[in-house]
Amino acid sequence: MESPAYVLEFEKPLRELARQLDELRQRSIETHVDLATEIHAIEQKIEATRRDIYSRLTSWQKVQIARHPRRPYALDYIRALFEDFQELHGDRQFKDDQALIGGTAFFNGEAVMIVAQQKGRDPKERILRNFGMPQPEGYRKALRLMRMAEKFRLPLITFIDTPGAFPGIESEARHVSEAIAVNLREMALLRTPSISVVVGEGGSGGALGIGVTDRVLIFENSYYSVISPEGCAAILWKDNAAAPLAAAALKVSADHLESLGVVDEVIPEPSGGAHHDPAQAASALKYALQKHLNDLRALDTEKLLTARYERFRHLGVYEEAGTVRS
Amino acid sequence: MHFDKPTYTVRRSRKKDIPKGLYTKDPTTGDIVFNKEAEDNQMVAPKSGHHFPIGARARIAKLFDEGTFAEADAGVKSSDPLKFVDSQPYPERIKRYEKDSGLPEAVICGTGKILGLEVSVAVMDFRFCGGAMGAAAGEKITRAIETALDRRIPCIIFSASGGARMQEGIYSLMQMAKTSAALGRLGQAGLPFISVLTHPTMGGVTASFATLGDVILAEPGALVGFAGARVIKDTTKQTLPAGFQTAEFLLKHGLIDQIVSRLDLRERLHELLSALHLRKKTAAPAAVASS
Repeated sequence: MESPAYVLEFEKPLRELARQLDELRQRSIETHVDLATEIHAIEQKIEATRRDIYSRLTSWQKVQIARHPRRPYALDYIRALFEDFQELHGDRQFKDDQALIGGTAFFNGEAVMIVAQQKGRDPKERILRNFGMPQPEGYRKALRLMRMAEKFRLPLITFIDTPGAFPGIESEARHVSEAIAVNLREMALLRTPSISVVVGEGGSGGALGIGVTDRVLIFENSYYSVISPEGCAAILWKDNAAAPLAAAALKVSADHLESLGVVDEVIPEPSGGAHHDPAQAASALKYALQKHLNDLRALDTEKLLTARYERFRHLGVYEEAGTVRS
Repeated sequence: MHFDKPTYTVRRSRKKDIPKGLYTKDPTTGDIVFNKEAEDNQMVAPKSGHHFPIGARARIAKLFDEGTFAEADAGVKSSDPLKFVDSQPYPERIKRYEKDSGLPEAVICGTGKILGLEVSVAVMDFRFCGGAMGAAAGEKITRAIETALDRRIPCIIFSASGGARMQEGIYSLMQMAKTSAALGRLGQAGLPFISVLTHPTMGGVTASFATLGDVILAEPGALVGFAGARVIKDTTKQTLPAGFQTAEFLLKHGLIDQIVSRLDLRERLHELLSALHLRKKTAAPAAVASS
């Protein structure tokens, strides 16, 4: 049973119906009265309400699902889809960042390199993982593992799930911006196939720092944005409460990102979000990963690198001599 | 006892600190600097050496040998792919930036000669939308890098930017990948890239091309960082120590190679590129003057 604190505002009608259903079932058992008809009616109503709510989620509601504390995190997918994950620690320079992890694993029997942003599930782990906000050392460890992937010709699979790179004094003093920038450049040149998956939050440069890949996949309720909706609202609307407006204006949700050509495929989630059925979400991801890995393995390295360059080269729309180009 | 509230005239030294009137207050010393005097000295205060921001065109005029700069891609302008509206529609903001700055975009690009050495350059200008990088700025910078690659000449980028341009959403973020990928190709071809950080350089610009220079130079006193002071404080409750995120701090902490006065930049760039690109000492043609 999920804690009531985790019920999102727009899910409250469902919560109420679930409560009524529990009550009926309880009463049916206690009174030995057959309430099957009533129970069935409520079950149908729940299903209809669920379909209704989840078929017209706003961008802001999707952001809330992407941040849901019970949403599957990278390690949940790694455990579900990969065998023998061997975590490799440290940037060999300063420390081991637990918000950005990585290592070798097998996917359907084939070796791959995994790089993943990881949030914590309980308060203690959240602190250990720095709320999923990597520091420069995380990006430098990621780069070390990416270069190892290239050296041993392992495909690279990255999991993106961060509110952003850590904006703190230590992070600045050790040049988090440079760590991200170097990854952007080196990922573009990496001589091995790469796929990134936005599993939760795609928070700006912190996300892109492991996201310059041949394919970019995103879960249906994940988001990817240049700035958090709250941050944008504070700057442009001068009001944090305008975050829902900012989320819509920024077009942060998966369907928008697909139509803008920024992501290659949207991976469907179970109704209500991946946390309602993590196994089903993992299974959808497995199918997509296998398909894209097969496609990428068929390309020779030069073609792969050209296609990757062109993929990012043409993202963006501008005007030139009166015509709109990208 | 009662004191009258003292009256001060506060001169804000932010976006608009390119002097408009007759004189400007030097924020480091409080001295009065005559605008004409500053303009004649590339916006460097003659006495204190304080660097006021300089516009892209004024910088270009002093950087290149006379008559050698050829502007490129002046027709590349911002579009509004997201149909972004906050308190006003994005296209209206663009029109205002164009009018206020007299520039077509937040970056001016082209090729020219520095003491006889040909380079491809991109010069950002903070007056246009705070130098924010959208798709047009990203495209122009990427083309400047690709021009260097095609013509096998060095590339120099002067950054001055608050970061990514929010009104272009995810596309503005992707300009970081686009420009960095182009620099990857430039580097593979063995062509030098010098990044010059000017006041201020923040956010997505710092986290992409600006920190990818083979050599990273900064102007004195330039504010350079990833997250702004407010974001750092909101997220971590930390208050930034004095002098944090300045060029001087970053030199000490190993990010940048040198702090160079604007007045010395032309010669310094030539010296560095003579070493990295020509690989031999070249006498700067004595008679070559900047325009």
